[in-house]
Amino acid sequence: MKKLSSIAGLLLALATSSPGAAELLNASFDVARPFYKSYNTAFAAEWKRRSGSEPTLNVSHGGSSKQARAVIDGLEADVVTMNSPLDIDAIAASGLLAKDWQTRLPQASSPSWSTILFIVRKGNPKGIRDWSDLVKPGVKLVIPNPKTSGNGRYSYLAAWQYAKTRPGGNDDAAKAFVSKLFANVPVLDTGGRGATTTFAQRGVGDVLLTFENEIALIREEFAKDGFEVVVPSLTVRADNPVAVVDKVAAKHGSTELARAYLEYHYSPEAQALFAANGVRPADDKVLKANAARFPAVNVFTVEQGFGSWAQAQSVHFSDGGLFDQLFAKK
Amino acid sequence: MPGLTPTLGFTLFYLGMIVLIPLAGVFFKASGLGFAGLWKVITSERVLAALSLSFGAAAIAAVLNAIFGAIVAWVFVRYEFPGKRLFDAFIDLPFALPTAVAGIALTALYSENGWIGSVLAHAGIKVAYTPLGIIVAMTFIGLPFVVRTVEPVLREVERDLEEAAATLGARRWQTVLRVIAPAVFPSLVTGFALSFARAVGEYGSVIFIAGNFPMVSEIAPLLIIIKLEEFDYKGATAVAATMLVLSFLLLLTINLLQAWVRRRV
Amino acid sequence: MNHTVKDAAFLPFEPLKQTNSVINEPRLVRWLLIAAALGFLSLFLLLPLLSVFVEALRKGAGAYFAAFGDPETLASIKLTFIAAAIAVPLNLVFGLSAAWAITKFEFRGKQLLITCIDLPFSVSPVVAGLIFVLIFGAQGWAQPWFGDHIGKVLFSTPGIVLATIFVTFPFIARELIPLMQEQGTEDEQAALSLGATGWQTFTKVTLPNIKWALLYGVLLCNARAMGEFGAVSVVSGHIRGLTNTMPLHIEILYNEYQFVSAFAVASLLALLAMVTLAVKSFLEWRYADQLAATRRH
Repeated sequence: MKKLSSIAGLLLALATSSPGAAELLNASFDVARPFYKSYNTAFAAEWKRRSGSEPTLNVSHGGSSKQARAVIDGLEADVVTMNSPLDIDAIAASGLLAKDWQTRLPQASSPSWSTILFIVRKGNPKGIRDWSDLVKPGVKLVIPNPKTSGNGRYSYLAAWQYAKTRPGGNDDAAKAFVSKLFANVPVLDTGGRGATTTFAQRGVGDVLLTFENEIALIREEFAKDGFEVVVPSLTVRADNPVAVVDKVAAKHGSTELARAYLEYHYSPEAQALFAANGVRPADDKVLKANAARFPAVNVFTVEQGFGSWAQAQSVHFSDGGLFDQLFAKK
Repeated sequence: MPGLTPTLGFTLFYLGMIVLIPLAGVFFKASGLGFAGLWKVITSERVLAALSLSFGAAAIAAVLNAIFGAIVAWVFVRYEFPGKRLFDAFIDLPFALPTAVAGIALTALYSENGWIGSVLAHAGIKVAYTPLGIIVAMTFIGLPFVVRTVEPVLREVERDLEEAAATLGARRWQTVLRVIAPAVFPSLVTGFALSFARAVGEYGSVIFIAGNFPMVSEIAPLLIIIKLEEFDYKGATAVAATMLVLSFLLLLTINLLQAWVRRRV
Repeated sequence: MNHTVKDAAFLPFEPLKQTNSVINEPRLVRWLLIAAALGFLSLFLLLPLLSVFVEALRKGAGAYFAAFGDPETLASIKLTFIAAAIAVPLNLVFGLSAAWAITKFEFRGKQLLITCIDLPFSVSPVVAGLIFVLIFGAQGWAQPWFGDHIGKVLFSTPGIVLATIFVTFPFIARELIPLMQEQGTEDEQAALSLGATGWQTFTKVTLPNIKWALLYGVLLCNARAMGEFGAVSVVSGHIRGLTNTMPLHIEILYNEYQFVSAFAVASLLALLAMVTLAVKSFLEWRYADQLAATRRH
């Protein structure tokens, strides 16, 4: 029994003290790191101007839905900044924040967005121009697993929508199309980052499908490989929504700070920061000012193509859904 | 002998607090599905394929480790050669290296543009992104177990006994088979069991090299992750509980077998 | 290499050139076995290790060492040491008492108990983290009481320590049990009959007998405690500078496209493993005579 009390004592001593009012934890997704590094500096300065004191801004990063799970399981994040509304919906379903969170900030609470583009090897040897080139025999493409990564889900949905909306397209045609597409995928990495390594460093595949902001990082890191970007005729708009986790913020007494933290995402400074980090700002004026960095794209939203995220999820990615059926009879 | 009550008491208490009660939570959660729901999850084509891949690949990896681990232990104990100390110091590395790093390093080596993969590619063998890659990763992470369990026992084998066997006219291979093998066998089985157990549940290193194709190269722990991604805790724990029961039964069988062998020797 | 007498005394095997045909294999067989062992170890150990260092040093030594200047890296190193410093002693106490109970006494269900001790090896790291979420998570069954009376477990240091204890649970017990089984109880019986107390018997007789296996167990347990990724990843919460251990920080750096830093921190973990092993080798060499003596039981 002595051991029990000493273990309990240790746990007690190690438990971190609960954060004060001027402290905030932002649970965010993987590729948002470089952005939040500079954003937090900018916001801390802004908050100091307003309140006179410097806030402590902590950030936690991980896969978007893994982060959502952590928040549901008790990670005390005051705000969440995700790469899919589905993940914030899941947190809302657990009762930590209001279900109408998307109405609380402009642009459906999404201050920035990205999109799925293709990245091909130097000189584009396979002549990849659009989705239809990806299903050709002999073309190998790397897509992260739609079951475990946001990039994969968006890529799948974009392919589906392309096949469905082109002349003569319908749901059956779309199903046949994605089936052919995934037959050309040699590796299903569990995350976007793993897929990048597979494509860039292992030399697997002719095309990698991933988020535009990640493509910027890839071209920087692997500059000598001369990878090229291909913009398909249609792609998906991937909103990066943000929300205050009401219950946690109330508990910490950080609601005011949390709200200000999110609202500042829409300021011209922050919008410019998004652009500088390869993420498309929601403000069209800022986007146009950075046209050199962001080529014009013809995008659809998941709501337009699939009704709602929840619907897309249950039809395509749930257990035994359409995506699983692609692999069922192999 | 004194001390049974406090030591066994503490052992059971600590085992209960750290291992058994937390693991009971898995079964508790999975039972939320009901028997029919549970059965449906674990007998689905995809789960069965993943389970047989995980257990099958782990078995092959453990056999590889048992064979080569025994050779390595033998060579370390019996022979002297340059660089022995160095290799001896490396043996435990797979424990210290985070599994993701191991996975990335192994994939880099065994992919078609890697140091080893490019050589194998000439022979038409693909390792990375195939079930073969899973076996490679599992062999890596379980490697220390066999070497480290066989080594100390092999050191204790009395060479006098071997000499006696030889004087009595036994050939060398007969001595090895009849005198050394029985003494080493129980520890070899322990090492096999531990490296098998570790490989079955391995996730971090395998997913980088596996390719992760449903029905082909998708391991059971990945299915758990996939179910968690869908916020399906019950389905995830159902797969986890199935793996646990299978591993437990296998380990128990091996431990009983080993105790039986020890009693007979 | 000059072989001193001490060296020769340490080597518990015949040097290769000294051939005694009746208890040794033919030269060809010996070379084949050595080649097989080294080939296997090179393919599965040496080359992966080498590739970690190649990646870490890809941009030169300057970039390599710059990786360790980052305060978040330093915080992660500190947290890793804290977790190991708590997990290893606890598992040490457990290992000793479990090995004592199992090897000095006969009771029913012993194999069942040993199998339960093995169990954490077979639990997928993913699940090892999940079980603590199921208990201490916001929806967990222990959380309401625990949260009110003791404090936060998940997504802070206690959760990381718990997960580390779980994954390294069997190491020390598993290292001690086979050895103590082999040694039997005669030495202890003798000490007791001479009037020693149970505690004296343990510290003066048993402990010296098992100290080497104990050391091996501690080193392995420590290596694993510092290197664990999967389980810790689930319970950590990944808060930069606060709840990231070294393996988690490596993942973050890697995801941030900071390859050199990621592999540099990974190489540090590998070096730490080898430092502990170097200590082990040194002690083995230093106390070779005692080692040989205790092994003769």
